[in-house]
Amino acid sequence: MSANGVDLKKRRFLTLALTATSAVGAGFASVPFISAMAPSARTKALGAPVEVDISKLEDGQLVRVKWRGKPVWVVKRSPEMLARLNDVEDYLADPDSENSVQPEQCKNSYRSLRPEIFLAVGICTHLGCSPSYRPDIQPEDLGEDWLGGFFCPCHGSKFDMAGRIYAGMPAPTNLEIPDHYYLNDDQILVGENAEENA
Amino acid sequence: MDKRIISFFNFFHERFPLAKTWREHMAGYYAPKNFNLWYYFGSLALFVMVLQIVTGIFLTMHYKPDADAAFDSVEYIMRDVEWGWLIRYLHSTGASALFLVVYLHMFRGIIYGSHKNSRELVWLIGMLIFLAMMAESFMGYLLPWGQMSYWGAQVIISLFSAIPYFGEDLALWIRGDYVVADATLNRFFAFHVIAVPLALVILLFLHIVALHEVGSNNPDGIDIKGWKDPYGVPVDGIPFHPYYTVKDLFGLGVFLVIFAIIVFYMPEMGGLFLEHANFIPADPLVTPEHIAPIWYFTPFYSILRAIPDKFGGVLAMGFAVFILFCLPWLDQSKVRSIRYRGWMFKTAVTLFVIAFLGLGYLGMQPVSPVRVMFARIFTMIYFTFFLLMPLYTRYDKTKPVPSRVTDHGNGLLISGMKRAIATVCITKSFRIGSMEIDVPVPTRFGFSALIRDMKYTLGQWVDCVKNAIKNVRSAG
Repeated sequence: MSANGVDLKKRRFLTLALTATSAVGAGFASVPFISAMAPSARTKALGAPVEVDISKLEDGQLVRVKWRGKPVWVVKRSPEMLARLNDVEDYLADPDSENSVQPEQCKNSYRSLRPEIFLAVGICTHLGCSPSYRPDIQPEDLGEDWLGGFFCPCHGSKFDMAGRIYAGMPAPTNLEIPDHYYLNDDQILVGENAEENA
Repeated sequence: MDKRIISFFNFFHERFPLAKTWREHMAGYYAPKNFNLWYYFGSLALFVMVLQIVTGIFLTMHYKPDADAAFDSVEYIMRDVEWGWLIRYLHSTGASALFLVVYLHMFRGIIYGSHKNSRELVWLIGMLIFLAMMAESFMGYLLPWGQMSYWGAQVIISLFSAIPYFGEDLALWIRGDYVVADATLNRFFAFHVIAVPLALVILLFLHIVALHEVGSNNPDGIDIKGWKDPYGVPVDGIPFHPYYTVKDLFGLGVFLVIFAIIVFYMPEMGGLFLEHANFIPADPLVTPEHIAPIWYFTPFYSILRAIPDKFGGVLAMGFAVFILFCLPWLDQSKVRSIRYRGWMFKTAVTLFVIAFLGLGYLGMQPVSPVRVMFARIFTMIYFTFFLLMPLYTRYDKTKPVPSRVTDHGNGLLISGMKRAIATVCITKSFRIGSMEIDVPVPTRFGFSALIRDMKYTLGQWVDCVKNAIKNVRSAG
């Protein structure tokens, strides 16, 4: 108790208590505002799987379908393209897809369920651009080492024909492969795993 | 003055610090008399900021922040809204102009040591303004919903996903969807139109308050407060109003001529101010062949691309902006202005400018091995400039600093301005409550005197040219 009748200790305690309670209150009050910016219920519900028909695909052709707002590529690789996958292995950052995202069944050197059909999310794992499909061999702009694959125009990341990233590129991992399975010989369902529906 | 006018002013004077504010920040704010060309950019930045707010208000009257309607509503503004094209071009050109002016304003600070003791807070608040401006322009760039808008936003938001552990969730939270989508557009509109401009206005206010507390620096980097007349007025200072208001108005005139030429004749600036790919509506499935951010972000974008590692690139880019905040403490020189610094600082600044412009150029170009190599060299120079600054500014040999500001011909400009004002105006003293203000008031006689002066000067010029032609003829 000080001379003029003010209990300073008590005053400090009350000030601290009020500050602490207000901080906790402010923390709780911020929850609705922060949550309001997260994906809404409607947005989350719009992630339905999509079907792709591959019966009309020719060797080397790529089709794009939209799944959850993202481009999904389906490429039919020719036997030569598949043969070249072995030639580039020494230059890749993650040839066995150890650090990349794909269903367990696609964790092979083709990165696919069937060797000739390659399916991946067409979004660069660097900063989210959609790479260009460049199946041409040794083009002028990409140099003599280029044996076909995907080239990201934004920051120059190079992927091979199995979506595997070359070493020393800005992108950290191979292209993501979403869950998918064959409904029949000609149709693929993107967004679900076969086992989930077995 | 009329009694009724005085009592009108007195009503406010007794209730609001109007006259006090005017005195402290305009008529009684003494700025060094030796400001040069570099000192136009602060007031120009303020002007462009106001222009952006005004044009922005009118654009929101017709723009629709909806992924299905945004692109068309911009075209609607361009084609069908009365004068809509002009308002939009003023806004888009204004964004580029603002960054140009602010970069020059910041460079002025670096070479004249305006960030040094005791103006650190002015610099820090200024850097916050720069940061807010970057956020503002990035979010504004998404609104037209063109291809470049879309993929630019996709890349920049993905930067956050590079942060370990919670990066992906953070990027998702910023977007409000799994990809850049309607939710993203809608919230960017809210930030661009309300949140960030509000922050900018507050920061701008703080920037000026902080500046007026410590006083303006000048090209000599000398404090003018050391020499005061018996009334406490700095002898090397002149009141901001009317001297610098008139100077800044002149600068504004020159700026507006250039600005108008761009707005009317080259608003796209060959794809630099409005990128070609942005005239195609956003397509989430295809990235344009060549994407580049708008020109004022390219130096930082180049640094991002130069690092062959995702998180490393993002860190380097963030660090490139952050390190500017540290400038007041990195600069250990005894003197402020480049005029009295040695060869080391001058060389460093020259290399820095080359690196910054080089990075800016490379950021607009597609990647190639040679360009990546150059980008890496320039990135090295950029960071070396800051990281070695404590060393080379300390060991650099400085020249003796004069005790009073030097003239460099500005005296002539000021005496010219004083004469012009004296010709056009007569000084009237107004009493506002207890305060007396001297205000130059333009008079009719003043203007006719000015016109007489101009006619006389013009006549002399014409005679001069006539004589020259005569001389050439007779010689030929």
